[in-house]
Amino acid sequence: MTLIVLDPTDERAPAQREPLPRRESLDGARVGLLDISKARGDVFLDRLAELLAERGVPVRRYAKPTFAKPMPPDLRKEIAAECDVVIEALAD
Amino acid sequence: MSASLRGVDAEVALPWDGLIAVVKRDCPTCRLVEPVLAQLGPGLTVFTQDDPAFPAGIGDVRDDTALDVSLALDIETVPTLLRFVDGVEAGRTEGWLRGAWEELAGVDGLGPELPEYRPGCGSRIHDPELADELLVRARGGTLSSRRLEIAVLEDEAEAMFDRGWSDGLPVVAPTPARVLRMLEGTTRAPDEVVAVVPPNLVEATVEKVAINAVLAGCRPEYLPVVLAAVEAACTDEFNAHGLLATTWGAGPAIVVNGPIAREIGMNAGGNALGQGNRANATIGRALQLVIRNVGGGRPGEVDRATTGHPGKIGFCFAEDEAGSPWEPLSVSRGVAPGTSAVTVFAAEGPRGLADQISRTPESLARSLAAGLRSVAHPKLPMAFDATLVVCPEHGRVFAEAGWSRDRLASELADLLALDPAEIERGAGGIEEGLPAGAATGPVPKFRPGGLMIVYAGGGAGMFSTVIGGWVGGPGGSQPVTREIRR
Repeated sequence: MTLIVLDPTDERAPAQREPLPRRESLDGARVGLLDISKARGDVFLDRLAELLAERGVPVRRYAKPTFAKPMPPDLRKEIAAECDVVIEALAD
Repeated sequence: MSASLRGVDAEVALPWDGLIAVVKRDCPTCRLVEPVLAQLGPGLTVFTQDDPAFPAGIGDVRDDTALDVSLALDIETVPTLLRFVDGVEAGRTEGWLRGAWEELAGVDGLGPELPEYRPGCGSRIHDPELADELLVRARGGTLSSRRLEIAVLEDEAEAMFDRGWSDGLPVVAPTPARVLRMLEGTTRAPDEVVAVVPPNLVEATVEKVAINAVLAGCRPEYLPVVLAAVEAACTDEFNAHGLLATTWGAGPAIVVNGPIAREIGMNAGGNALGQGNRANATIGRALQLVIRNVGGGRPGEVDRATTGHPGKIGFCFAEDEAGSPWEPLSVSRGVAPGTSAVTVFAAEGPRGLADQISRTPESLARSLAAGLRSVAHPKLPMAFDATLVVCPEHGRVFAEAGWSRDRLASELADLLALDPAEIERGAGGIEEGLPAGAATGPVPKFRPGGLMIVYAGGGAGMFSTVIGGWVGGPGGSQPVTREIRR
Protein backbone atom coordinates (compact mmCIF):
# COMPACT_ATOMS: atom_id res chain seq x y z
CA MET A 1 0.00 0.00 0.00
CA THR A 2 1.22 3.51 -0.75
CA LEU A 3 2.47 5.24 2.36
CA ILE A 4 1.44 8.85 2.80
CA VAL A 5 3.88 11.06 4.67
CA LEU A 6 3.82 14.77 5.41
CA ASP A 7 6.54 16.94 3.96
CA PRO A 8 8.89 18.09 6.74
CA THR A 9 10.47 20.79 4.59
CA ASP A 10 9.58 24.30 3.54
CA GLU A 11 7.96 22.76 0.42
CA ARG A 12 9.80 25.02 -1.96
CA ALA A 13 10.58 23.11 -5.10
CA PRO A 14 14.35 22.63 -5.35
CA ALA A 15 14.46 25.32 -8.02
CA GLN A 16 17.83 25.61 -9.61
CA ARG A 17 18.82 29.24 -9.22
CA GLU A 18 20.60 30.46 -12.34
CA PRO A 19 23.36 32.99 -11.78
CA LEU A 20 23.03 36.26 -13.65
CA PRO A 21 25.05 36.44 -16.87
CA ARG A 22 28.58 37.67 -16.30
CA ARG A 23 29.19 41.21 -17.55
CA GLU A 24 31.55 41.59 -20.48
CA SER A 25 33.07 44.78 -19.06
CA LEU A 26 32.77 47.20 -16.17
CA ASP A 27 32.20 50.19 -18.47
CA GLY A 28 29.34 52.18 -17.05
CA ALA A 29 28.67 49.56 -14.35
CA ARG A 30 27.87 50.64 -10.84
CA VAL A 31 30.39 48.65 -8.80
CA GLY A 32 30.04 47.94 -5.07
CA LEU A 33 32.77 46.63 -2.80
CA LEU A 34 31.40 44.72 0.17
CA ASP A 35 33.45 44.15 3.30
CA ILE A 36 31.82 41.48 5.49
CA SER A 37 34.01 42.65 8.40
CA LYS A 38 36.38 39.70 8.36
CA ALA A 39 39.96 40.54 9.27
CA ARG A 40 41.92 42.27 6.46
CA GLY A 41 38.97 42.36 4.09
CA ASP A 42 39.52 46.11 3.97
CA VAL A 43 43.12 45.66 2.80
CA PHE A 44 41.92 43.59 -0.12
CA LEU A 45 39.11 45.95 -1.01
CA ASP A 46 41.25 49.09 -0.68
CA ARG A 47 43.65 47.68 -3.26
CA LEU A 48 40.78 46.67 -5.56
CA ALA A 49 39.37 50.21 -5.30
CA GLU A 50 42.78 51.60 -6.31
CA LEU A 51 43.05 49.29 -9.30
CA LEU A 52 39.51 50.05 -10.41
CA ALA A 53 40.10 53.80 -10.02
CA GLU A 54 43.11 53.50 -12.35
CA ARG A 55 40.74 52.06 -14.93
CA GLY A 56 38.27 54.85 -14.35
CA VAL A 57 35.72 52.72 -12.53
CA PRO A 58 34.34 54.42 -9.43
CA VAL A 59 33.14 52.18 -6.59
CA ARG A 60 30.79 52.37 -3.68
CA ARG A 61 31.87 50.82 -0.39
CA TYR A 62 29.65 48.74 1.89
CA ALA A 63 30.29 46.82 5.09
CA LYS A 64 28.31 44.29 7.07
CA PRO A 65 28.23 45.12 10.82
CA THR A 66 29.54 41.63 11.64
CA PHE A 67 30.57 38.64 9.58
CA ALA A 68 28.88 36.36 12.10
CA LYS A 69 25.35 37.35 11.14
CA PRO A 70 23.43 37.62 7.90
CA MET A 71 23.42 40.95 6.15
CA PRO A 72 20.73 43.32 7.47
CA PRO A 73 17.87 43.35 4.91
CA ASP A 74 18.12 47.13 4.49
CA LEU A 75 21.77 46.89 3.47
CA ARG A 76 20.92 44.13 1.01
CA LYS A 77 18.23 46.32 -0.55
CA GLU A 78 20.56 49.31 -0.64
CA ILE A 79 23.22 47.36 -2.49
CA ALA A 80 20.70 45.85 -4.89
CA ALA A 81 19.36 49.32 -5.70
CA GLU A 82 22.75 51.02 -6.09
CA CYS A 83 24.95 48.42 -7.79
CA ASP A 84 25.13 46.37 -10.97
CA VAL A 85 28.20 44.43 -9.82
CA VAL A 86 29.36 43.58 -6.31
CA ILE A 87 32.77 42.32 -5.29
CA GLU A 88 32.77 40.78 -1.84
CA ALA A 89 35.75 40.21 0.43
CA LEU A 90 34.56 36.87 1.76
CA ALA A 91 37.26 35.36 3.95
CA ASP A 92 40.17 36.30 6.11
CA MET B 1 -37.94 14.79 8.63
CA SER B 2 -34.48 13.89 9.77
CA ALA B 3 -31.90 15.45 12.03
CA SER B 4 -28.37 16.03 10.83
CA LEU B 5 -25.12 15.88 12.78
CA ARG B 6 -21.61 16.60 11.70
CA GLY B 7 -19.85 13.26 11.53
CA VAL B 8 -16.16 12.63 11.44
CA ASP B 9 -15.82 13.65 7.84
CA ALA B 10 -19.42 13.84 6.60
CA GLU B 11 -22.91 14.92 7.59
CA VAL B 12 -24.95 12.06 8.99
CA ALA B 13 -28.75 11.77 8.92
CA LEU B 14 -30.59 10.74 12.06
CA PRO B 15 -34.30 10.39 12.90
CA TRP B 16 -35.92 13.67 13.95
CA ASP B 17 -37.99 11.96 16.64
CA GLY B 18 -37.59 8.49 18.01
CA LEU B 19 -35.19 5.94 19.42
CA ILE B 20 -31.75 5.12 18.16
CA ALA B 21 -29.70 2.10 19.17
CA VAL B 22 -26.03 1.65 18.30
CA VAL B 23 -24.85 -1.96 18.43
CA LYS B 24 -22.31 -4.46 17.14
CA ARG B 25 -22.66 -8.21 16.65
CA ASP B 26 -19.35 -8.84 18.35
CA CYS B 27 -20.84 -7.66 21.67
CA PRO B 28 -22.64 -10.33 23.82
CA THR B 29 -24.84 -7.70 25.44
CA CYS B 30 -25.94 -6.44 22.02
CA ARG B 31 -26.87 -10.01 21.08
CA LEU B 32 -28.65 -10.35 24.41
CA VAL B 33 -30.84 -7.31 23.72
CA GLU B 34 -31.67 -8.38 20.13
CA PRO B 35 -35.24 -9.38 21.15
CA VAL B 36 -35.66 -6.15 23.07
CA LEU B 37 -34.76 -4.14 19.98
CA ALA B 38 -37.41 -6.09 18.06
CA GLN B 39 -39.87 -5.31 20.87
CA LEU B 40 -39.31 -1.55 20.45
CA GLY B 41 -40.89 -1.64 16.99
CA PRO B 42 -41.02 0.90 14.19
CA GLY B 43 -40.01 3.94 16.27
CA LEU B 44 -36.49 2.49 16.52
CA THR B 45 -33.54 2.99 14.19
CA VAL B 46 -30.56 0.69 14.75
CA PHE B 47 -27.03 1.55 13.64
CA THR B 48 -24.77 -1.44 13.50
CA GLN B 49 -21.02 -1.04 13.74
CA ASP B 50 -19.72 -4.34 12.42
CA ASP B 51 -22.38 -6.44 10.64
CA PRO B 52 -25.15 -4.80 8.59
CA ALA B 53 -27.19 -8.02 8.95
CA PHE B 54 -27.32 -7.61 12.72
CA PRO B 55 -29.68 -7.41 14.52
CA ALA B 56 -32.34 -9.51 12.84
CA GLY B 57 -36.01 -8.66 12.83
CA ILE B 58 -35.61 -4.87 12.90
CA GLY B 59 -37.26 -2.73 10.26
CA ASP B 60 -34.73 0.09 10.16
CA VAL B 61 -31.17 -1.23 10.50
CA ARG B 62 -28.50 1.04 9.06
CA ASP B 63 -24.93 0.24 8.22
CA ASP B 64 -22.51 2.19 10.38
CA THR B 65 -19.41 0.12 9.66
CA ALA B 66 -17.74 3.40 8.59
CA LEU B 67 -18.62 4.61 12.11
CA ASP B 68 -19.76 8.05 10.97
CA VAL B 69 -22.88 7.95 13.14
CA SER B 70 -21.04 6.41 16.08
CA LEU B 71 -18.47 9.18 15.94
CA ALA B 72 -21.06 11.91 15.47
CA LEU B 73 -22.93 10.63 18.50
CA ASP B 74 -19.68 9.94 20.38
CA ILE B 75 -20.71 6.37 21.18
CA GLU B 76 -18.36 5.05 23.88
CA THR B 77 -20.22 1.79 24.63
CA VAL B 78 -22.48 -0.62 22.78
CA PRO B 79 -25.34 -1.02 23.09
CA THR B 80 -26.27 2.62 23.55
CA LEU B 81 -29.93 3.56 23.37
CA LEU B 82 -30.72 7.21 22.64
CA ARG B 83 -33.93 9.21 22.34
CA PHE B 84 -34.16 12.08 19.88
CA VAL B 85 -36.85 14.74 20.30
CA ASP B 86 -37.29 17.53 17.75
CA GLY B 87 -33.94 16.72 16.18
CA VAL B 88 -31.87 16.81 19.35
CA GLU B 89 -30.77 14.14 21.76
CA ALA B 90 -33.02 14.00 24.80
CA GLY B 91 -31.29 11.17 26.65
CA ARG B 92 -29.18 8.02 26.38
CA THR B 93 -28.32 4.88 28.32
CA GLU B 94 -25.37 2.56 27.87
CA GLY B 95 -25.28 -1.22 28.24
CA TRP B 96 -28.47 -3.04 29.23
CA LEU B 97 -30.33 -1.78 32.28
CA ARG B 98 -34.01 -2.67 32.07
CA GLY B 99 -35.30 0.29 34.08
CA ALA B 100 -33.28 2.83 32.12
CA TRP B 101 -34.33 1.33 28.77
CA GLU B 102 -38.01 1.27 29.82
CA GLU B 103 -37.89 4.87 30.97
CA LEU B 104 -36.10 6.11 27.84
CA ALA B 105 -38.38 4.12 25.51
CA GLY B 106 -41.56 4.84 27.48
CA VAL B 107 -42.36 1.11 27.28
CA ASP B 108 -42.82 -1.32 30.16
CA GLY B 109 -42.03 -5.02 30.19
CA LEU B 110 -38.92 -4.95 28.06
CA GLY B 111 -36.95 -8.18 27.83
CA PRO B 112 -38.80 -10.04 30.55
CA GLU B 113 -36.55 -13.07 30.21
CA LEU B 114 -33.34 -10.97 30.42
CA PRO B 115 -31.35 -10.23 33.56
CA GLU B 116 -31.86 -6.77 35.02
CA TYR B 117 -28.42 -5.55 34.02
CA ARG B 118 -25.52 -6.37 31.74
CA PRO B 119 -22.65 -3.97 31.03
CA GLY B 120 -21.98 -3.14 27.39
CA CYS B 121 -18.82 -3.50 25.33
CA GLY B 122 -16.41 -0.94 23.96
CA SER B 123 -17.56 0.94 20.90
CA ARG B 124 -15.63 0.30 17.70
CA ILE B 125 -14.62 3.95 17.62
CA HIS B 126 -12.04 2.87 20.22
CA ASP B 127 -10.92 -0.23 18.34
CA PRO B 128 -7.11 -0.01 18.23
CA GLU B 129 -6.94 -1.37 14.71
CA LEU B 130 -9.10 1.53 13.50
CA ALA B 131 -7.49 4.22 15.66
CA ASP B 132 -5.12 5.63 13.05
CA GLU B 133 -7.67 5.62 10.26
CA LEU B 134 -10.29 7.34 12.42
CA LEU B 135 -7.79 9.87 13.75
CA VAL B 136 -6.82 10.87 10.23
CA ARG B 137 -10.45 10.95 9.08
CA ALA B 138 -11.44 13.06 12.08
CA ARG B 139 -8.58 15.53 12.16
CA GLY B 140 -6.49 15.04 9.05
CA GLY B 141 -8.17 18.14 7.66
CA THR B 142 -6.40 20.26 10.26
CA LEU B 143 -3.03 19.42 8.65
CA SER B 144 -1.86 21.62 5.84
CA SER B 145 1.55 20.19 4.93
CA ARG B 146 2.08 18.72 1.51
CA ARG B 147 1.27 15.01 1.39
CA LEU B 148 3.84 12.90 -0.37
CA GLU B 149 3.44 9.32 -1.49
CA ILE B 150 6.04 6.68 -0.85
CA ALA B 151 5.25 4.07 -3.45
CA VAL B 152 4.63 0.41 -2.74
CA LEU B 153 7.98 -0.69 -4.10
CA GLU B 154 9.96 1.98 -2.26
CA ASP B 155 11.58 1.20 1.06
CA GLU B 156 10.24 3.93 3.33
CA ALA B 157 13.50 4.44 5.20
CA GLU B 158 15.47 4.66 1.96
CA ALA B 159 12.88 6.98 0.44
CA MET B 160 13.29 9.43 3.30
CA PHE B 161 17.07 9.34 3.05
CA ASP B 162 16.72 10.01 -0.69
CA ARG B 163 14.54 13.04 -0.03
CA GLY B 164 17.26 14.51 2.16
CA TRP B 165 15.25 14.61 5.38
CA SER B 166 17.75 12.76 7.49
CA ASP B 167 20.83 13.81 9.43
CA GLY B 168 22.42 10.52 8.44
CA LEU B 169 20.49 8.27 10.81
CA PRO B 170 17.16 6.61 10.03
CA VAL B 171 14.06 8.73 10.58
CA VAL B 172 10.50 7.76 11.52
CA ALA B 173 8.00 8.18 8.68
CA PRO B 174 5.82 11.24 9.44
CA THR B 175 2.48 9.71 8.54
CA PRO B 176 -0.58 11.88 9.12
CA ALA B 177 -1.62 9.66 12.05
CA ARG B 178 1.76 9.97 13.74
CA VAL B 179 1.81 13.72 13.22
CA LEU B 180 -1.71 14.05 14.64
CA ARG B 181 -0.70 12.02 17.69
CA MET B 182 2.41 14.19 18.05
CA LEU B 183 0.20 17.28 17.97
CA GLU B 184 -1.76 15.90 20.92
CA GLY B 185 1.34 16.76 22.94
CA THR B 186 0.53 20.46 22.76
CA THR B 187 -2.53 22.65 23.10
CA ARG B 188 -1.14 24.97 20.43
CA ALA B 189 -2.90 25.08 17.05
CA PRO B 190 -1.14 23.28 14.18
CA ASP B 191 -1.07 26.45 12.07
CA GLU B 192 0.46 28.66 14.76
CA VAL B 193 3.83 30.02 13.67
CA VAL B 194 6.50 29.03 16.17
CA ALA B 195 9.50 30.78 14.69
CA VAL B 196 11.15 31.97 11.52
CA VAL B 197 13.85 29.39 10.91
CA PRO B 198 17.25 30.28 9.46
CA PRO B 199 19.05 30.14 7.16
CA ASN B 200 16.20 30.40 4.64
CA LEU B 201 14.01 32.37 7.06
CA VAL B 202 11.03 30.05 6.70
CA GLU B 203 8.06 30.24 9.04
CA ALA B 204 7.83 27.01 11.03
CA THR B 205 4.33 26.15 12.19
CA VAL B 206 3.57 23.91 15.13
CA GLU B 207 2.67 21.28 12.51
CA LYS B 208 6.04 21.49 10.74
CA VAL B 209 7.85 21.18 14.05
CA ALA B 210 5.63 18.20 14.93
CA ILE B 211 6.48 16.51 11.61
CA ASN B 212 10.18 16.89 12.33
CA ALA B 213 9.66 15.70 15.90
CA VAL B 214 8.14 12.52 14.42
CA LEU B 215 11.13 12.14 12.11
CA ALA B 216 13.45 12.53 15.09
CA GLY B 217 11.69 9.84 17.11
CA CYS B 218 10.07 12.06 19.75
CA ARG B 219 7.05 11.07 21.81
CA PRO B 220 4.14 13.54 21.84
CA GLU B 221 4.90 14.66 25.38
CA TYR B 222 8.30 15.93 24.23
CA LEU B 223 6.73 18.30 21.69
CA PRO B 224 6.36 21.30 24.05
CA VAL B 225 10.10 21.08 24.78
CA VAL B 226 10.93 20.92 21.08
CA LEU B 227 8.67 23.90 20.35
CA ALA B 228 10.32 25.98 23.07
CA ALA B 229 13.77 24.99 21.83
CA VAL B 230 12.89 26.01 18.27
CA GLU B 231 11.58 29.34 19.55
CA ALA B 232 14.71 29.93 21.58
CA ALA B 233 17.11 28.92 18.81
CA CYS B 234 15.44 31.11 16.20
CA THR B 235 16.06 34.38 18.00
CA ASP B 236 18.44 37.13 17.01
CA GLU B 237 20.27 36.64 20.33
CA PHE B 238 20.95 32.96 19.71
CA ASN B 239 21.79 33.59 16.07
CA ALA B 240 21.33 30.05 14.79
CA HIS B 241 22.25 31.25 11.30
CA GLY B 242 25.70 32.44 12.34
CA LEU B 243 26.27 29.35 14.47
CA LEU B 244 25.33 27.16 11.50
CA ALA B 245 27.34 29.06 8.93
CA THR B 246 30.58 29.43 10.87
CA THR B 247 33.48 27.14 10.10
CA TRP B 248 33.73 26.59 13.87
CA GLY B 249 32.20 23.24 14.79
CA ALA B 250 29.70 24.15 17.48
CA GLY B 251 25.96 23.52 17.21
CA PRO B 252 22.87 24.20 19.29
CA ALA B 253 22.53 22.39 22.63
CA ILE B 254 19.56 22.41 25.00
CA VAL B 255 19.36 22.27 28.80
CA VAL B 256 15.89 21.48 30.15
CA ASN B 257 14.75 22.70 33.57
CA GLY B 258 11.57 22.30 35.58
CA PRO B 259 9.02 19.56 36.20
CA ILE B 260 8.64 18.52 32.56
CA ALA B 261 12.15 17.06 32.55
CA ARG B 262 11.17 14.41 35.07
CA GLU B 263 7.67 13.96 33.62
CA ILE B 264 9.00 12.97 30.23
CA GLY B 265 11.79 10.87 31.68
CA MET B 266 14.81 12.95 30.75
CA ASN B 267 18.21 11.98 32.02
CA ALA B 268 20.05 14.45 34.25
CA GLY B 269 22.12 11.78 36.00
CA GLY B 270 24.69 9.27 34.86
CA ASN B 271 25.57 9.67 31.17
CA ALA B 272 23.25 12.71 30.95
CA LEU B 273 25.21 14.03 27.99
CA GLY B 274 25.47 10.62 26.39
CA GLN B 275 23.33 8.13 24.55
CA GLY B 276 20.52 5.90 25.68
CA ASN B 277 17.73 8.23 26.80
CA ARG B 278 15.02 8.75 24.24
CA ALA B 279 13.95 12.23 25.35
CA ASN B 280 17.49 13.56 25.57
CA ALA B 281 18.41 12.05 22.22
CA THR B 282 15.35 12.94 20.18
CA ILE B 283 14.55 16.44 21.45
CA GLY B 284 17.98 17.73 20.46
CA ARG B 285 17.69 15.89 17.17
CA ALA B 286 14.26 17.38 16.44
CA LEU B 287 15.66 20.91 16.80
CA GLN B 288 18.46 20.10 14.36
CA LEU B 289 16.03 18.50 11.90
CA VAL B 290 13.85 21.63 11.98
CA ILE B 291 16.90 23.72 11.12
CA ARG B 292 17.82 21.24 8.40
CA ASN B 293 14.43 20.60 6.84
CA VAL B 294 12.45 23.77 7.48
CA GLY B 295 15.30 26.27 7.56
CA GLY B 296 17.35 24.54 4.87
CA GLY B 297 20.54 24.48 6.96
CA ARG B 298 22.62 21.57 5.73
CA PRO B 299 26.26 20.56 6.08
CA GLY B 300 28.25 21.45 3.01
CA GLU B 301 25.72 24.13 2.13
CA VAL B 302 25.18 26.90 4.69
CA ASP B 303 26.70 24.74 7.45
CA ARG B 304 30.42 25.29 6.83
CA ALA B 305 31.84 23.58 9.94
CA THR B 306 35.45 22.55 9.50
CA THR B 307 35.03 19.43 11.60
CA GLY B 308 31.72 19.70 13.49
CA HIS B 309 31.06 17.19 16.28
CA PRO B 310 28.77 14.22 16.93
CA GLY B 311 26.46 16.27 19.18
CA LYS B 312 25.29 18.13 16.11
CA ILE B 313 22.98 15.17 15.52
CA GLY B 314 21.30 16.44 18.65
CA PHE B 315 22.49 17.66 22.05
CA CYS B 316 20.00 17.90 24.88
CA PHE B 317 20.03 17.06 28.57
CA ALA B 318 18.27 18.05 31.78
CA GLU B 319 19.74 19.77 34.80
CA ASP B 320 19.75 17.64 37.96
CA GLU B 321 17.66 20.06 39.99
CA ALA B 322 16.94 17.55 42.76
CA GLY B 323 20.62 16.91 43.42
CA SER B 324 21.86 20.41 42.76
CA PRO B 325 23.07 22.61 45.62
CA TRP B 326 22.06 25.58 43.50
CA GLU B 327 18.90 27.10 42.14
CA PRO B 328 17.93 25.77 38.70
CA LEU B 329 19.77 27.33 35.78
CA SER B 330 16.44 28.58 34.41
CA VAL B 331 15.69 30.38 37.71
CA SER B 332 19.07 32.07 37.69
CA ARG B 333 18.18 33.18 34.16
CA GLY B 334 14.89 34.76 35.22
CA VAL B 335 12.28 32.01 34.95
CA ALA B 336 9.93 31.48 37.90
CA PRO B 337 10.72 28.46 40.12
CA GLY B 338 8.61 25.44 39.19
CA THR B 339 8.21 26.61 35.59
CA SER B 340 9.66 24.38 32.90
CA ALA B 341 12.09 26.02 30.50
CA VAL B 342 14.73 25.35 27.90
CA THR B 343 18.04 27.13 27.56
CA VAL B 344 19.75 26.82 24.19
CA PHE B 345 23.44 27.50 23.89
CA ALA B 346 26.22 27.07 21.36
CA ALA B 347 28.08 23.86 22.07
CA GLU B 348 31.08 21.95 20.89
CA GLY B 349 31.50 18.37 21.97
CA PRO B 350 31.80 17.94 25.74
CA ARG B 351 35.20 17.27 27.27
CA GLY B 352 35.77 15.74 30.69
CA LEU B 353 37.86 17.42 33.33
CA ALA B 354 39.21 15.02 35.95
CA ASP B 355 40.13 16.20 39.43
CA GLN B 356 39.94 13.36 41.94
CA ILE B 357 42.12 14.96 44.58
CA SER B 358 40.78 18.45 45.33
CA ARG B 359 38.59 18.64 48.42
CA THR B 360 38.67 22.42 48.82
CA PRO B 361 36.68 24.71 46.57
CA GLU B 362 39.73 26.87 45.94
CA SER B 363 41.76 23.98 44.56
CA LEU B 364 38.89 22.55 42.57
CA ALA B 365 38.05 25.93 41.05
CA ARG B 366 41.65 26.22 39.90
CA SER B 367 41.37 22.83 38.18
CA LEU B 368 38.16 23.82 36.46
CA ALA B 369 39.63 27.17 35.42
CA ALA B 370 42.64 25.40 33.92
CA GLY B 371 40.31 23.29 31.81
CA LEU B 372 38.14 26.22 30.80
CA ARG B 373 41.17 28.21 29.72
CA SER B 374 41.70 25.92 26.75
CA VAL B 375 38.33 26.78 25.18
CA ALA B 376 39.03 28.12 21.67
CA HIS B 377 42.75 28.32 22.53
CA PRO B 378 44.53 28.71 25.89
CA LYS B 379 45.98 32.02 24.70
CA LEU B 380 42.75 33.55 23.36
CA PRO B 381 40.69 35.68 25.76
CA MET B 382 37.16 36.96 25.13
CA ALA B 383 36.92 34.62 22.16
CA PHE B 384 34.24 32.04 22.79
CA ASP B 385 31.62 31.38 25.44
CA ALA B 386 31.61 28.11 27.37
CA THR B 387 29.39 25.97 29.56
CA LEU B 388 30.65 24.09 32.59
CA VAL B 389 28.71 21.00 33.65
CA VAL B 390 29.52 20.46 37.32
CA CYS B 391 29.19 16.82 38.36
CA PRO B 392 27.74 15.79 41.74
CA GLU B 393 31.07 14.86 43.35
CA HIS B 394 32.53 18.23 42.38
CA GLY B 395 29.30 20.01 43.25
CA ARG B 396 29.50 18.53 46.75
CA VAL B 397 32.86 20.22 47.36
CA PHE B 398 31.35 23.59 46.50
CA ALA B 399 28.13 22.88 48.41
CA GLU B 400 29.99 21.92 51.59
CA ALA B 401 31.98 25.15 51.40
CA GLY B 402 28.80 27.15 50.85
CA TRP B 403 29.76 28.36 47.40
CA SER B 404 26.79 29.50 45.35
CA ARG B 405 26.69 29.25 41.56
CA ASP B 406 27.46 32.99 41.41
CA ARG B 407 30.38 32.59 43.82
CA LEU B 408 31.84 29.82 41.67
CA ALA B 409 31.37 31.91 38.53
CA SER B 410 33.03 34.88 40.16
CA GLU B 411 35.98 32.82 41.50
CA LEU B 412 36.44 31.28 38.05
CA ALA B 413 36.39 34.74 36.48
CA ASP B 414 39.15 35.83 38.88
CA LEU B 415 41.20 32.73 38.05
CA LEU B 416 40.64 33.27 34.35
CA ALA B 417 41.99 36.83 34.21
CA LEU B 418 44.82 36.09 31.79
CA ASP B 419 48.25 37.70 32.10
CA PRO B 420 49.06 39.59 28.88
CA ALA B 421 52.63 38.27 28.97
CA GLU B 422 51.29 34.72 28.65
CA ILE B 423 48.90 35.35 25.82
CA GLU B 424 50.82 37.60 23.47
CA ARG B 425 51.64 36.31 20.05
CA GLY B 426 54.80 34.29 20.33
CA ALA B 427 54.52 33.76 24.07
CA GLY B 428 55.21 30.15 24.99
CA GLY B 429 56.60 29.61 21.52
CA ILE B 430 53.09 29.80 20.07
CA GLU B 431 52.38 32.33 17.36
CA GLU B 432 48.64 32.45 18.11
CA GLY B 433 47.61 35.02 20.72
CA LEU B 434 46.92 38.71 21.20
CA PRO B 435 48.98 41.21 19.23
CA ALA B 436 51.82 42.55 21.35
CA GLY B 437 50.72 45.52 23.40
CA ALA B 438 47.02 44.89 22.77
CA ALA B 439 46.47 44.31 26.49
CA THR B 440 48.05 46.28 29.29
CA GLY B 441 46.46 44.40 32.20
CA PRO B 442 44.82 41.03 32.90
CA VAL B 443 42.26 40.07 30.26
CA PRO B 444 39.14 38.04 31.12
CA LYS B 445 38.96 34.68 29.40
CA PHE B 446 35.19 34.96 29.03
CA ARG B 447 32.99 37.97 28.41
CA PRO B 448 30.66 38.82 31.33
CA GLY B 449 27.92 36.17 31.23
CA GLY B 450 29.98 34.10 28.82
CA LEU B 451 30.38 31.15 31.18
CA MET B 452 27.24 29.16 32.00
CA ILE B 453 27.28 26.69 34.90
CA VAL B 454 24.95 23.66 34.90
CA TYR B 455 24.68 20.78 37.37
CA ALA B 456 24.29 17.25 36.00
CA GLY B 457 25.84 13.82 35.96
CA GLY B 458 26.09 10.56 37.84
CA GLY B 459 26.86 10.19 41.53
CA ALA B 460 30.26 8.58 41.05
CA GLY B 461 33.17 10.28 39.36
CA MET B 462 35.00 13.52 40.04
CA PHE B 463 34.69 14.45 36.41
CA SER B 464 33.06 17.70 35.45
CA THR B 465 32.64 18.61 31.80
CA VAL B 466 33.63 21.62 29.76
CA ILE B 467 31.53 22.43 26.72
CA GLY B 468 33.18 25.04 24.55
CA GLY B 469 30.86 27.39 22.70
CA TRP B 470 31.34 29.94 19.98
CA VAL B 471 31.70 33.70 19.65
CA GLY B 472 29.57 35.14 22.44
CA GLY B 473 27.68 38.36 22.82
CA PRO B 474 25.68 40.41 20.36
CA GLY B 475 28.07 39.69 17.47
CA GLY B 476 27.82 35.93 17.96
CA SER B 477 25.51 33.63 19.88
CA GLN B 478 24.13 34.17 23.36
CA PRO B 479 22.35 31.50 25.42
CA VAL B 480 18.57 31.98 25.25
CA THR B 481 16.06 30.72 27.81
CA ARG B 482 12.37 30.20 27.01
CA GLU B 483 9.51 28.94 29.12
CA ILE B 484 7.90 25.73 27.90
CA ARG B 485 4.22 26.18 27.00
CA ARG B 486 2.21 22.96 27.11
